[in-house]
Amino acid sequence: MELLLFNVLNGLLLGVFYALMAMGLSLILGLNRIINFAHGGFLALAGYLAYTLLPYLGFFGALIVAPLLTAVLGVLVERFLIRRLYGRDPLFSLLLTFGLVLIMEDMIRTVWGAQGLPLQTPAILQSALSQTYFFITGYRVLILAIAVAFSIGLLLFLRYTKVGLRILAGASDLDTIAALGVNIYQLRAISFAAGIFLAGIAGVLAAGWQGLTPQMGDALIMPSFVAIIVGGVGSLLGSLLGGLLIGVASGVTSAFYPQASQLVIYLIMALVLAIRPRGLLGKKGVFE
Amino acid sequence: MTAKEFESTPSPHLTLPSSPKQRDLRAYLPHAIVWVVLLTAPLWMPLVGGYTLLATRVLVLAMAAMGLNLLLGYAGALSFGQAAFFGLGGYAAGETLMHLAPSTPLALLIGMLTGGVIAAILGPIAVRLRGIYFAMITIAFGQAFYFIVVNWNSFTGGEDGLLGFSRQPLHFDTMTVPLSGINYYYLTLFCFAVVAALVAALLRSPLGHAFIAVRENERRLQFFGVKAGTLLWIAFTISGFIAGLAGALYAQLNNFISPAALHWTLSGDFVMMCVLGGMRSFWGPLLGAGIYVVAENLLSSYTDNWMSLLGLMFILIVLFFPKGVLGILRVRVKA
Repeated sequence: MELLLFNVLNGLLLGVFYALMAMGLSLILGLNRIINFAHGGFLALAGYLAYTLLPYLGFFGALIVAPLLTAVLGVLVERFLIRRLYGRDPLFSLLLTFGLVLIMEDMIRTVWGAQGLPLQTPAILQSALSQTYFFITGYRVLILAIAVAFSIGLLLFLRYTKVGLRILAGASDLDTIAALGVNIYQLRAISFAAGIFLAGIAGVLAAGWQGLTPQMGDALIMPSFVAIIVGGVGSLLGSLLGGLLIGVASGVTSAFYPQASQLVIYLIMALVLAIRPRGLLGKKGVFE
Repeated sequence: MTAKEFESTPSPHLTLPSSPKQRDLRAYLPHAIVWVVLLTAPLWMPLVGGYTLLATRVLVLAMAAMGLNLLLGYAGALSFGQAAFFGLGGYAAGETLMHLAPSTPLALLIGMLTGGVIAAILGPIAVRLRGIYFAMITIAFGQAFYFIVVNWNSFTGGEDGLLGFSRQPLHFDTMTVPLSGINYYYLTLFCFAVVAALVAALLRSPLGHAFIAVRENERRLQFFGVKAGTLLWIAFTISGFIAGLAGALYAQLNNFISPAALHWTLSGDFVMMCVLGGMRSFWGPLLGAGIYVVAENLLSSYTDNWMSLLGLMFILIVLFFPKGVLGILRVRVKA
């Protein structure tokens, strides 16, 4: 029983990271119409920045500042590279972000080394909260809490603020809101930065949980794509649920048959696609 | 959805091979040059500091890229999972040599069938989607197979890859040809020639024209009562067969195959080869594969940061030379 619970919790944590990645990707996919391969690179970069900033700012300072710095870099990338590709064949943005992944991974390896690094989390968070369930540490609860807060925060931001509503409107019909006088360039930059910021938060949290490696984003980005497909393209809530679903499924599978813990993610995708091609919460017409 | 943003801009110059009457000697010249260069490659490669293995590698990757280009350049579908069929073909070839029969032609055949049949099975799911969503689903398919191969240790050797097979001499009625480096190059060239001829014939056929119609105006095809999904499925399957064959050749080139051959980054490399050479040109993928292999080889021997340079090359090409080398050349010639 404890073993199962342990794996469910682990899966939930994995799912949280998938979900944070997937929501950011989904945001960028919706408004900017870009598949951001470099998302995993930004995630790793935020983790490494936090590693460097930690001695000066402490863990919680780094947890906020590192993602912000990464988001600023994201804005620069959007402004100088990705903006040139809007409206062109999606092929080119795919290749551009693919090139970015190569550069970012290589740069991280050059600056911080190819070896894995640990990210020190506050000592108070490392002890177990319960004797029986030794694996429930304060840090793991913190990951869940922060992820829940940011997920709900993002959904509320999109639903109840002017900018958020414009992003949603732009995702469904960019031409119209442009005609209505909304500055879509600014809007795209905001949505790109928000997506990168979420990846940054996920990166710092993941680094505290499993340590830093230059390829840490690689392992997360593919399941995040699957989370988007499973949850339904065009729905952020879907991405959130999709991420949690495949994370938990993967965690539970690793309790019984560890070899299939990655594969089960893709099996779920195949199942969902076979039964409900547009995903759990996908909107009609987006999947074209 | 903003339909306008998604439709690729129709290119002013379609690469439909013109009808036989119009073609004169000049039209044959580029093809003749390509074939002469390929046939004599083992002779001149050492002179420019290359070696035969490198030339074979170019041909193998070019074959996979050419298959992908049916989807990418002609049908306009963004497949980002081509490495799956490539890698599966490679593994199938390796397993054939190890467990079924020590025969290189059989390994090639089974590798090709594996890639093609799996593409044919997955195709119907993928072709329901378009644009970036098609890309996403093909990536996801590719990664699924990647994890199967990595985790099925007993059969595939897991992370370490599959070792313990080697290409076998070809037996003809009267003689036996050992597949040394140069002979294997010519076997690969033979396969490449067959594939290139079939692809060229396909592109000249009504089916090939229909592929281009999918890219240019899918809605009008629908008005004609043509199902674009079926056409895409055909292109997807053919490109799967070609990738499988290329993978089988690749496995036997190194006498080794590893999960890296299925990884999505290799899929990205294939796409890059097509764009680099010019994806609206018949020989674009070949040229792209050549440039890519040489660049990777040179950069990695000069600097540890070759990945950054390769990435930078990707970005510069996307921003400044999206038509690829042959695309630029063609514009120059016309101007």
